[in-house]
Amino acid sequence: MSKGILGKKIGMTQIFAEDGKVIPVTVVQAGPCLVLQKKTEASDGYNAIKVGFDEIRDSLSSKPELGQFKKAGVKTQRFVREFKTAEVGSYEVGQEIKADLFAVGDKVDVAGTSKGKGFAGMHKRHGGRRGPMGHGSKYHHRTGSMGAKGPARVFKGRNLPGRLGGERVTVQNLEIVRVDADKNIILVRGCVPGAKKSLLVLKDSVKAK
Amino acid sequence: MDYIRIIEEEQIKSNIPSFRPGDTVKVHVKIIEGTRERIQVFEGLVIKRKGDGLRETFTVRRVSNGVGVERTFPLHSPRIDKIEAVRKGIVRRAKLYYLRDRYGKAARIRERR
Repeated sequence: MSKGILGKKIGMTQIFAEDGKVIPVTVVQAGPCLVLQKKTEASDGYNAIKVGFDEIRDSLSSKPELGQFKKAGVKTQRFVREFKTAEVGSYEVGQEIKADLFAVGDKVDVAGTSKGKGFAGMHKRHGGRRGPMGHGSKYHHRTGSMGAKGPARVFKGRNLPGRLGGERVTVQNLEIVRVDADKNIILVRGCVPGAKKSLLVLKDSVKAK
Repeated sequence: MDYIRIIEEEQIKSNIPSFRPGDTVKVHVKIIEGTRERIQVFEGLVIKRKGDGLRETFTVRRVSNGVGVERTFPLHSPRIDKIEAVRKGIVRRAKLYYLRDRYGKAARIRERR
């Protein structure tokens, strides 16, 4: 049923399909993830597994964090996340989750933190169009109307410039093109959010039938 | 980076003859008709090579029935059966777009020996 794995974005490349068509792919270092804890309805009120990913030195972690790795009897991990799943029973604490969790052809949702764009204008941030650059135009990259005069204030949610990127973004329904179980590599069709080396969460697609 | 290089290297063909813009080549293209596969030859002048590594493409121009036809192929595409270099030409540009405006005698290219 629902399953997930943590991964790291390595980069993008392309692959030739058998019919010669070029498939753009993102290379993801997916796993190995270690199961740290099993959460059940009885003990925690919901069913989930807690997993860690990416081994690091102990000195890079804090003492409270180290406790959970010690309890699970595994090495210190950089990232710890939870996956809600009804099949908690099929996992063991300390078990490795590898890239072969997914098979070629599966659809996944990939979540990551998008690249920060800084303070961006209205057009880049909300997909607007600029005005004419010439012919006496004085309306180049301006935001535009703030709304009607009547309310005498600007309504909340008005599209305005501000910080763009650096937030969690999920791309849904991406196809898995190739799985390398030995090296824990998954190739996902298309692009995924975030910079290279950033953390990705791959889950079963909610839209796939 | 490393794994990307592995993926790209396993797809790169090693049997590609050396050719450059100005050369005339025959490109043997695999074409699937229904269930049958056959090979079609597209012969013409190479007017550009673009990109590098796995992403490299080249464009072949020929004039058929008075109409200029250009086809761009990915160099490492599995649909290309083989490439034959027919004739080498002397040109002084990397991109021969000026040939699009010329025909007949003016579009000739000297042969490199």
